[in-house]
Amino acid sequence: MSLWTIVLRSLRQHALSTVITAFSIALAGGLLMAVWVVKTEAQRNFSQVNAGFDAVLGPRSSKLQLVLNSIFHMEASPGLLSPKDVDDIRKHPAVQHAIPIAVGDNYYGYRIVGTLTNMLTDVEYTPGKRYRFQAGRVFDPALREAVVGSFVAQKLGLKVGGTFQPFHGLNFDPKSQHQETYVVVGVLEPSNTPTDRVIWIPVTGVQLMGGHDAALSSQVSAVLIKLRGGAQTGFRLDTMYNKQGDRLTFAWPIDTVMTQLFDKIGWFDKILALVAYLVALVAAGSILASIYNSMNERRRDIAILRALGARRGTIFGTIVLESATIATLGMVAAFVVYAAIVGTAAAIIRSQTGVELNAMAFHPVMIWATGGMIALGALAGVVPAWKAYRTPVAENLVPVS
Amino acid sequence: MALLEINGLKKTFIAPDGARQMVVDVPSFQLEARQQVALAGQSGSGKTTFLNLIAGILAPDSGSIRLDGREMSALGEAERDRVRALSIGYIFQTFNLLHGFTVLENVLLGMTFGPGADRAFAESLLKRVGLEDRLHHRPRQLSTGQQQRVAVARALANRPKLVLADEPTGNLDFRNATEALRLVREACSENGAALLLVSHDREVLGQFETQLDLAQINRAAQTEVASAALRPTAEPQRGSAHLGTGGVS
Repeated sequence: MSLWTIVLRSLRQHALSTVITAFSIALAGGLLMAVWVVKTEAQRNFSQVNAGFDAVLGPRSSKLQLVLNSIFHMEASPGLLSPKDVDDIRKHPAVQHAIPIAVGDNYYGYRIVGTLTNMLTDVEYTPGKRYRFQAGRVFDPALREAVVGSFVAQKLGLKVGGTFQPFHGLNFDPKSQHQETYVVVGVLEPSNTPTDRVIWIPVTGVQLMGGHDAALSSQVSAVLIKLRGGAQTGFRLDTMYNKQGDRLTFAWPIDTVMTQLFDKIGWFDKILALVAYLVALVAAGSILASIYNSMNERRRDIAILRALGARRGTIFGTIVLESATIATLGMVAAFVVYAAIVGTAAAIIRSQTGVELNAMAFHPVMIWATGGMIALGALAGVVPAWKAYRTPVAENLVPVS
Repeated sequence: MALLEINGLKKTFIAPDGARQMVVDVPSFQLEARQQVALAGQSGSGKTTFLNLIAGILAPDSGSIRLDGREMSALGEAERDRVRALSIGYIFQTFNLLHGFTVLENVLLGMTFGPGADRAFAESLLKRVGLEDRLHHRPRQLSTGQQQRVAVARALANRPKLVLADEPTGNLDFRNATEALRLVREACSENGAALLLVSHDREVLGQFETQLDLAQINRAAQTEVASAALRPTAEPQRGSAHLGTGGVS
């Protein structure tokens, strides 16, 4: 019979407190890992999302707002660009692609974006990957046709051949429906990018939509830019638009803009991590309290083991091993908690942004959080183990004559 | 050489009033290998303390306990634990079985800290005490007599040279007590272990050829225990187990 068997029997004897304590460890461990992975995965994924472009040119505004509006299809549009500004950047020798987008309408809350056909046919949204159609084709720029992202198609039940009437504005208002009817001619395959949440129509469709200001019908919201050459080119355009000019904003490079966003909300991560650490400490404290409180009822068992020849050190080690085992059981369950939290968070992030987090991706936090929690559990066992170590044998072996 | 030699053994405790009270004061005592001796001791005579000192559970204030040639009082606590795990079996009045473990596991525990678990030997011991069909029962699922038999098997599990029995029949009815005592003595004989049993039960004491009055051995008990009240059922033998010089005042 090994110490391990003794520990398992003890855990069985105190099954209820073992389960409750292990559950608190599971919550703490799961939360700790989830906070870490969601933060890291979100930062990594959001920083990588650039829709295949290096920069965004838009009206004077913050770079972050421009990127969120043009790449992530979130936030309000900061304003409009004149045809001349669009023309200038398209003709710039350092620009490979310059694709205008126009926003201002939605369909049941999902953003309608006007663009050119090459946005959906030529652009590699990630190196080597172009948008693919699971059904239909790209819209005809001269007709009221639309291509819908996979997430929108799924959520709204839009299929090729279906029709819809856009609503005015970026937020859904049932009273402000346009008269124009669009026909769905294509449905995109999932790309796990914000594109999945967008309804694409010809740029002129947005510009000429009834109710829009006719005087602004040639303007666009932003231009998505793919540069030729490296950072030098981007740096020159950055200087030209942002430092020498004062009408437009050139958001470049996109990943740096997004990294700055995460830097700005870094304090939130720290608070979440702090909460997770505190929960871990509380869970370790619950192990300590659980075992320590059971020491009175265990004194006789400890005395019997000592009378059978168990050394003080053996008793000490048994209690620490028991404590570490509870933490280990908790950390096994923590992966279930982790999967539930990250799975839910990933689903919410996907539905809100279109960005897919890999909930099952391995992350080093899984190793160090597991090891750390087990070590913390073992450490929590030291106090009751010390009490067990000091348990006097003779006076706890009844009866004493 | 005697298996157990005790000389000048003293142990005191602090009484609730703060006074230091002598509980054990044994000038001399010896027990030969394989010998079976009954010590008559009333409640308060220091018999459990005496056995705990021999087992190394308690450390004496002074004196010598030599078990199989090893001076117990010179050993550190860990070494005394080791000697106890390897050489001593202990049967308690309340059996002190671990209720979270099965019958078989309780016996295996008796080996774990000593020579190591030997499942076949543990099963043979339990078969010897008539519990071969109760191996996987928990102590609470057994009768008192059956629990006592588990305690006997556990005490013999590490093939001890000395078995200490503290009122081993104290919680049993007459029939079970007689059976248990026979079992303890036979099992010790079969396993070559000496037996030192303490009891206040005259029926139990009467079954031993060698009886000693603890009050005669333990001077600390002489003022509290009227040894004369014990009816001698046989003349104590002063051969291989005997009081040393000065053992009786």
